[in-house]
Formats: sequence, structure tokens, C-alpha cells
Amino acid sequence: MPDFLLEIGCEEIPARMIDAASVELRERVGALLTRERLAGGEIVCFDTPRRLAILASGIAAAQSDVVEQLTGPSVNIAYKDGKPTPAAHAFARKAGVEVAQLEKIATAKGEYIAAKITKKGRRAAEILADSLPKELATIYWPKNMYWRKPNERFVRPVRWLVAMLDSDSIPLEFDGIQARNISRGHRILSSGEVTISRAGSAYFESMRAAKVLGRADREQQIRKALDAATRTIPGARWREDQPLLDTVVNLTEFPSVILGSFDPQFLALPEEVLVTVMRDHQKYFAVEDSTGKLVPNFLAVLNTDSDPRGLIRHGNERVLRARFNDARFFWQTDQKKSLLERLELLRHVTFQKDLGSYYEKTQRVQRLCSWLSEILKQHDIAVRPGVIHKAACLAKTDLTTELVKEFTELQGIVGGLYARAQQLDPSLPEATRLAIADAIYDHYKPESTDDDVPRSLEGAVLSIGDKADTIAGMFALGLVPSGSKDPFALRRQANGIVKVIAEKKLPLHLSHMMRDAWAGYRGSDAEDKFVPDPQFSESVQAFFRERLEFYLRDVRGYSYDVVKAVLGADAEDVVDALQRAEAVRQVLHMPEFQAIGAACKRIRNILKQAAEKKIQPAGQFEYLREDAHEGKNLRAYMERTGPRIEVHRSKKEYFDALLLLSGAREPVDEFFDKVMVMVEDQKVRANRLALLQTLLHEFSTIADFSEIVSETKT
Amino acid sequence: MTASSSNPLTFQELILRLQTFWAERGCVLQQPYDVEVGAGTMAPETFLRVLGPQPYKVAYVQPSRRPADGRYGENPNRLFKHMQLQVILKPPPENVQELYLESLGAIGIDLRQHDIKFEEDNWEAPTLSAWGVGWQVMLDGLEITQFTYFQQCGGVDLFPISAELTYGLERIAAFLQDVDSIYDIVWARDPETGAVVKYGDVRLADELQFSVYNFEMADVEKAWKHFELYEMECKSLLQSIDVNLAALKAHTGVVSESVAFAGGDEKAMASLLRGPILAAYDLCLKCSHLFNILDARGAISVTERVGVIARVRALAVGIAKAWVNQQKAEAPSSEKPDEPEPAHKKQSKPKSESLSPVG
Repeated sequence: MPDFLLEIGCEEIPARMIDAASVELRERVGALLTRERLAGGEIVCFDTPRRLAILASGIAAAQSDVVEQLTGPSVNIAYKDGKPTPAAHAFARKAGVEVAQLEKIATAKGEYIAAKITKKGRRAAEILADSLPKELATIYWPKNMYWRKPNERFVRPVRWLVAMLDSDSIPLEFDGIQARNISRGHRILSSGEVTISRAGSAYFESMRAAKVLGRADREQQIRKALDAATRTIPGARWREDQPLLDTVVNLTEFPSVILGSFDPQFLALPEEVLVTVMRDHQKYFAVEDSTGKLVPNFLAVLNTDSDPRGLIRHGNERVLRARFNDARFFWQTDQKKSLLERLELLRHVTFQKDLGSYYEKTQRVQRLCSWLSEILKQHDIAVRPGVIHKAACLAKTDLTTELVKEFTELQGIVGGLYARAQQLDPSLPEATRLAIADAIYDHYKPESTDDDVPRSLEGAVLSIGDKADTIAGMFALGLVPSGSKDPFALRRQANGIVKVIAEKKLPLHLSHMMRDAWAGYRGSDAEDKFVPDPQFSESVQAFFRERLEFYLRDVRGYSYDVVKAVLGADAEDVVDALQRAEAVRQVLHMPEFQAIGAACKRIRNILKQAAEKKIQPAGQFEYLREDAHEGKNLRAYMERTGPRIEVHRSKKEYFDALLLLSGAREPVDEFFDKVMVMVEDQKVRANRLALLQTLLHEFSTIADFSEIVSETKT
Repeated sequence: MTASSSNPLTFQELILRLQTFWAERGCVLQQPYDVEVGAGTMAPETFLRVLGPQPYKVAYVQPSRRPADGRYGENPNRLFKHMQLQVILKPPPENVQELYLESLGAIGIDLRQHDIKFEEDNWEAPTLSAWGVGWQVMLDGLEITQFTYFQQCGGVDLFPISAELTYGLERIAAFLQDVDSIYDIVWARDPETGAVVKYGDVRLADELQFSVYNFEMADVEKAWKHFELYEMECKSLLQSIDVNLAALKAHTGVVSESVAFAGGDEKAMASLLRGPILAAYDLCLKCSHLFNILDARGAISVTERVGVIARVRALAVGIAKAWVNQQKAEAPSSEKPDEPEPAHKKQSKPKSESLSPVG
């Protein structure tokens, strides 16, 4: 049972791609070993910027032999008068056996002849050498390249290959490289080539000796070093930042950390700017005091073991100083032109090539935001018109600032900071000015499902209006996200809309809102390129339904069947859907609803069958003397309880409504036990169908319970 | 304290060392191209040489003009015109990264004392319909080099590919000399008197005056006219070259280009080889530069912008195609049948002007 080691040595793989590729490589090798009946023990990954490796312990040295049965022609054809025909001979030859060894087998189609052949198991080395190239070549990379042959693609050039079963190399060749037992160590800290004595833990030891650590070790080493460096500043801590940590872990093979400092006068710049420069541009960790305020220090993660002469720290401090100087220079330059003066400049900033400039977008978003504010006002939610109007007007003007051109990730934030610094219109009360600044600052939020929503109502409306305008324009052009293709991050934006609506509890109807957004493009040049109206409405509705489903399931944690049931009733009102989901979740475990779910399914089927036979239900169900006792009971229940359910429902007291609805179980069960719906008597039949239809409607306004039974796991 | 050694290189020594290093590794040392370009990549020594099958190794300094980046000489880190040292290795040797790291040693950077990282950075130039993948090379947190494996240029899939190393000379010099402003870089030091000439002494006036011109005084209307004139001439050159190619094909009566070249008629062939594609390319570069000036002047509207980029790209793509054909005509035997097929033949039949990256 040899151990199998595979290492693909590569020029630096982009940090963002390593983790996924490593998992995929392990899965592919695992699947290959299983498929080829070679699987053994655990498969461990070892990946760094310059290598993807896996170690599969205790795999089979060779496949076991297998006996296969090959089916030939039918007995009638294979034998004439008990003698083998030429067909039998041909088959035996093909199978590689003597005619005498042929057997007769019974199949569903009659008696056939068959041959048993023993397939010799192949050796693992041979199988791996044959099959791995295809597996390696099909690893998914978000962006790959060719270097040796046009049709040979990988993320970066492959420079060495190790493939060993225990201490023997296997004859694997990939992208022109022959596998050997020679790996490479750290670029700077090792002497280069490293001979691997044996697949197994010896590999990890050799790597450690050559200053190459696995992912977990690197992360641990970085965390420890960050802690140690921060401890030298009393009361300070480094700002936890997992995405940044993941990046630096995958930029290093043997990490260490240095603590640097910068001139405290830079602390006068907004913290957002300082942190962006450190984190996004320099990949430094920020350091804060016990109150969370920045201190004039940073932590840089190195791909080397130490900085004995302090040159590395000195160099990093120099770069940061230049960056901060730039930021300060931009900040000062930007102040020379107010945000309001920048509005005109937006005419020259492209929003999307067919949808025109940000100036035009600003006008649309302003209109859409006022419209949304009107709707909210009808529900007694007061959006301050002076705030939303001005905020929408200035929201995109920071795109023309030097600071945003340099640090695009600060869009919105910079606008907010400038709005605050510039005081805007001095005639406005201070509170209004600050509210405008905050709304601008927050309007890209939430940028992910974990991100906060805007703080204020105006920020929320602006955030929704901005995103809805973008989605409407793109969908109108037919630029609908599909699969992994979502270049404009429309899914993220729609997720943002849903989250803001949900958390701010806004009574907005998704499809209506999107129609309003779409209407903003009317009369523009882009209109000629728009898809037909119904196509827009359908695609945008389906898109938002998916996003709402995602929100309820993945963000709020409702189970699949609850979400299906709830959205089956309505998927336009986010807040209402949440309330219904919560109510349904609470009653889901009750046996009554399992039964009601089954009944709903049954009713659906009956109505469907009736419709197929073109049997119409009565316009309205009524009291029929000739009806069965159970039918009358059900009707009585409906008449008694229906109005009370309606009262709860109209007040959105869904849990109470559902509790009342649970009382339907008994009469419904009784009805189905005793009563036949599709009877001969047309009048009775139509009346019963009408009853069921009403009942189903009653059940389904809160959730489509037929989904519950079909999906429930109990 | 200085970053690397007690006696850091002057700006001109830095250039000399890098040139010597690459000359010793077989590169042709070219001189800066004498038409305005935005980057070393746009010089014909890169843009045209990376096309076609002929191996080539070249290094040159390229002053690169980016009108919109000008800051009137007030910003210590930004320049309207900066200098790149550009190295093209076609095809890239297997140890190209190691060679590059060695070159850092040649300019006095002891990697054992520093932190070096290759961080993903892919390059794309829409006006040239060119792209590649690679890294920014980070030295102690400073981006000192752009390292790119070209994949496509002028809309043509490349084979063999080239590695492009672009050293940011001002940054590296400021790092070596440990100065905070580009203008304080020592450009030259008189070996006898020790007197120094600084970057600011040599270049500050350019920065100020060209910022004034590019942002304030460039005549928009005339710049547009210039653009159109250059574009028109470039197009007509390309047309005449196309006519020659068509004549050659018609003469041999064969559709396949390579066969046509193999047995073409001498006169048509001669006209094809005389086709001034290099001149057409200069005209295209002029357009590109004028576009940059107009852009810096804020004279290109949203709707125009995409269109103007597409116009420059159309010229670049036409030139690249013509160049490839001319190269084939010149060396018809260079495409041996047992060699791997060029990428642009394999991938898309209807021609390789596709703008979207394949990767």
C-alpha cells in the first residue's frame, strides 16, 4: 500500500485562486483513485503560491484483477444443430477465449452466449501517469494562460513536477515537464532544489527544511507574529481581517511580520482612507488602541524569515508615507471643487456604454428616489425630501475626485466625507447637512450579505434607488446574469436591495419598484436597444424571486420548504414574506399542518384533473340540501372561521391566522375520508369543486402548504 | 540609512546596469522610440515584434507620456512622463523569473535583505487590443516591475508568447537612493567634483509645462483635426497594403495565405514587403497620444469615448494583421508543418480580432 505524492510546481499562482484549486485537485485525485479502484487512506493537501500538492496515503499499488462477462450473439445464432456457427467463433476470437469456454446465459431477451474474461489489474503508476494529465489540465482557473503550446493552458507556467509512489517517481508528464523526485524550496531562503526521498511525511519535513510551510502552518505563524509584534505597543491590537489574512497566507511560503510606523499627523486624514491604503493597496494590517482608534503603526506580512537590518521595515514605511502623502494631496486638491460643482463633470463619466453617463443616472435615481419616498409616505414612513433629493443629486459626484480615482473602493464613502467637510449649502440646517452626508456615505451599502445596511432611511432609499436603476438598465438591455457570469455584480446589488428592504421594513413591491426604475429610462437613447417589455418584467421578476429565496434561506436561515411555501403565495413583498416565513416556521412542526399540506396537494390534484376534463367548479359554493354531512361541516367551518382568519391576515398576524387554519384539519380529513368529489351529480360536483377551490385559496394566501409536505424531511 | 548599499546607483547608472545585464543575456539594446507613447509596450519593438513566429530579445528605455497623470511637478510621486525599462523575451526562457531576480542583484538589491513577492496583476490595453497575465513584483511593499506573459496583441493570438518585464525606473531609483520625491533622485554625479544633477534639474520643467499644455492649453479643435488626419492617413496606408496582399493572392489563385507566399509572383511580393506598416503604426501612435491629450483636456464625451478607443483599436488591429502577413511573406519557410500551430489559427476561424480575452 504505497503513499502517493503529487506536486505541481508553478510560477506564483494568484493568491485568490489557490484555495479553490487545492480543494479541486484533492477531489479530482480522490475521484480518480476511487474510479480506478486504487483508493486508500486520507488525502492531504499542501499548497503554497508556488505549488499544489497532495499526499494520498496507502493507495493500492495495482488494481485487483476483475472478471467480466462479455455477452455475444443469441444462442440461436451461435449454434446450429448443436455446433458453433462462424458467429460463435468470431465472438470467441474477439473475447479471446476458446469456443468451448463460451457459456449460455439467460437474459430478458432470451438465451445468449457469453464469455468470461479476466481483466488484469493495471499498476497504479501506469494509471496515474496516464490519467493525471487530463485531471490537471481541467482544473478550473478564473483566468489561465498558455506559454508552451496554444492549447495547453494552466494558471501560470508549470516549472517542475513531483509524482512518486513511495520512493519511486512515476512516469508522469504534464505540460512538457517530466515528473522527478526533485521539488524546489523557498525562492530566497533555500538553496533551490530539494530532493524528496519518499512520498509521505518525509515530503513535509523536506519542505519545512526548505522553508516552505503548508497553509495552516502559515496562517498560524502569521497570527502569532502579528500578536507578538503588536504586543510591543502597550494596549494595542491588530485589526482582525480574515480576507486580508487569507490573501497574505497565500502570498507567502514562509511568513514573518514586521511592525512599522507612520507620522501621526497622517491620522488627521479620515480613517477610511488610511485603512484602505493600508489594507487594499499595501496588504498591511491596521493597528488600533483599546478604544478602536487607529494608532500610527502598521503590520506587514513578509515572505521571508526576518528583517535583521530593518531594511524591509524602512522600505515599507517609505512606500506607505508616499501613499499617504498622495492621499493627502488628493484630499486637498479635491477640496478645490465642491461636490455640487462636480455634478456637471459627471456628464463625462460613463455609467454603461449604452446607458449613458452618471449625470443621466443621477437624474434617474433622483426621480426614482422621490417616487419611492412617495410610496413610503403613503405608508406613513417619512423620508425627508430635502435630504433624499440632495443626497441623490450628489451621490455619484465623488467619482470625479482624485481620491476616488485612486481608491475606487472608497466611492460613496469619499462623497460622504467631502459632503461633511464642505458643509454643502450653508442655508441648510446642520442636521440636514449631516443627514445628506450620511446618506451619500452609506449608499453603496450593503456590499455583501454580511455588511450593514445604511444607517438612515434616506440612505436606505438612495441605496435601493441606485441599485434598482442599475439592475433595470442592465436587464432592459438583456444583460441578465447567468451562471457564473455576472460582470456588473447585479446579484450582489439585488441581494443588497432585498436586505435593505427587509431590515428597514419597507413596504415596497419589488416588481412595481423595478417597473418604476425601468420607466426612468423612457425617452433615452438606450431605449432602442431594450428588450421587449414582457421579457424585461419576467426576467426581472424571476431574478428578484431568486434573490429573495437566497435571502430567506442563506441569510435568514429558513428551511427550503418554508421558503418555497412562502414564496409560492407571494414573492413581491419582502417584509411580508419574512413575517409569513416566521409564522410558517412556527407551525411547521404541528401535525395539523402536515395533514393540511397533504390535503392541499390533494385538492390541487383534484382541481387539476377537473380542469383537464373541462369540469368547471361552481361560481361560488352554496348550501345544498343533497350534499353530504361532511361537506356541510367543512362549509360551516369555512363560514365560521374564514372571516376571523381574514381579520388576522389583514393585520399581518400570520401566526394567529395559521393557528385558526389548523382547525381545518378535522373537517378536511373527514371530508376526504367520506366524500367523493367527482360524483355524477353535476350540481353537487361543481359545488364541491368550488368549496375546495375556496379552501385552497384560503390556505394558500399565507403559504403554499403543498410545498411543505413534498419537501419535508420528517 | 539607504535602502541597499552605502553607495546607491544614480539614475543613469541604474539604466546602464540594467542594460548591461540584459545585453549580456542576449538582448538587443534598442534606443527609446521617437514617437510619443504611453508605455514601453506601445513602442514597435514590443507591439510589432511580439507578433509572428520570430524569436526576439530586446531591452530599451522608453519615456512614456501619460497626459492625464501630470501634476504640474507638484506631486512627489506622479509624473506626466516617466521612464520604463522594457525587456521583451520571445519566447520566455524557462528560468525567466530567476533571470529577473538576478537583474535585481545587478542593481545592488540583495534579496536576502529584502522581501520580494509576485502578486497577481493582469495587463490589458483596450486601445491595442492586447492583454496578458502576470504579476506586479513587490519589493518591500513597492511595486517595482510589471511582469507580463503576453497572450494577445493587436487582436492576434500570439505564438510563441513573449515575456515582458517593465521596470519602473523612477521608483526603483527612489528606492535605491532612499528619497521621498522623484525630483530628488540623483540622476548623475560628476566623478571628479562629486557634483550632482537631480531628476528635478533635468525634468521638472517638462512636468510643469506639459501639465499646463495638456490640461489647459492644448487646442481641442486642432487636436481633433490632427487625430482625424493621422487616422485617415493610417487607414489609406493600410488599404494600399491590403491591395498588395490581394494582388498577390489573386496572382497565385490560391486562397491560403501561406501557400500564396510560398510561390507568389515576385513583383507583387516586392510591393507587399515595401508596404510601410511601420509608418502606419507611427500614425496610429499619434492618434493614441492625441486621444490621451483630448482625454486630459476633458474633451471626450461619454458617447464619444468608447467610439474613439474603438477607432484607435481598429488601426492597431489592422496594423497587427498586416504585419503578420508581411512577416510570413518575408520568411515563408518559418512555419514548418511539425511546429505547433499558431494559436490564432486554431481558435477561431472567422479571424482573430475578438476583443475579449480567451482565458
